[in-house]
Amino acid sequence: MAMTEHRVSYTLDSSLETIDSAEEKATVLATEMGFSEDEVMQISMAVREAAVNAVLHGNGYAPDKKVTISFEHNDSDLIIIIRDQGKGLDLSRIPDPLAPENLLKTSGRGIFLMRSFMDVVEIRPTQTGTELKLIKHVHGPSAGGKEASQ
Amino acid sequence: MSMKVAVRQVDGVTIVDCSGRITLGEGSVIMRDTVRDLLSKGNKKIVLNLAEVNYIDSSGIGELVSAFTTTKNQGGELKLLNLTKKVNDLLQITKLYTVFDVKDDEASAVKAFK
Repeated sequence: MAMTEHRVSYTLDSSLETIDSAEEKATVLATEMGFSEDEVMQISMAVREAAVNAVLHGNGYAPDKKVTISFEHNDSDLIIIIRDQGKGLDLSRIPDPLAPENLLKTSGRGIFLMRSFMDVVEIRPTQTGTELKLIKHVHGPSAGGKEASQ
Repeated sequence: MSMKVAVRQVDGVTIVDCSGRITLGEGSVIMRDTVRDLLSKGNKKIVLNLAEVNYIDSSGIGELVSAFTTTKNQGGELKLLNLTKKVNDLLQITKLYTVFDVKDDEASAVKAFK
């Protein structure tokens, strides 16, 4: 049976509005795809955190830098790719937010939440910044945030 | 829906009724300013009533942590009241449920202050 694929892409400013817009688009698409209410919340929050990462930590709200967000879906997966034009993300410098010494830190939970809520989270450098890919399987068992970081 | 707060006093305890979203931007700023304002006026027994908070992101979580530690550092106490399932789940997976003093009814929250 042929697999139906859909893809839509947006290029957005490095602003708070982009973060809200990304979350809203993810919520609408995940709902249309038939994900459960809990899954929709997980997807929208993961996308929001990824957008915060791109706008704030990647592009630093710079007006000349853009964030691109693409949503792809087929019969088995929802795939969201978010790219920024920042200086890159050093995963080794992100502390474990669950470590007792980090519990009271006021930041550093975004990637942890993405990994908790999505089935696959891939983070890789590109020539112009960082690419973050989030995948949620349709009706698949939650894998508890399997990671495939590079 | 953006974040809104309403402040009231019950037996010497300040209850902050929060509603809406505590997220990066306006929601986090309102939360931060509210707690700082209360502390500056000497209100050091604070309960954040989150019954009407329907969404919180990592920045909002950070703001709750900041409110908790700022209050504690100034000799006060901050408790959380009436968590929605979504907020409760978030505090569980981030292991912050064990850090905060979480109550599910107002009378117990008020009585729990030393």
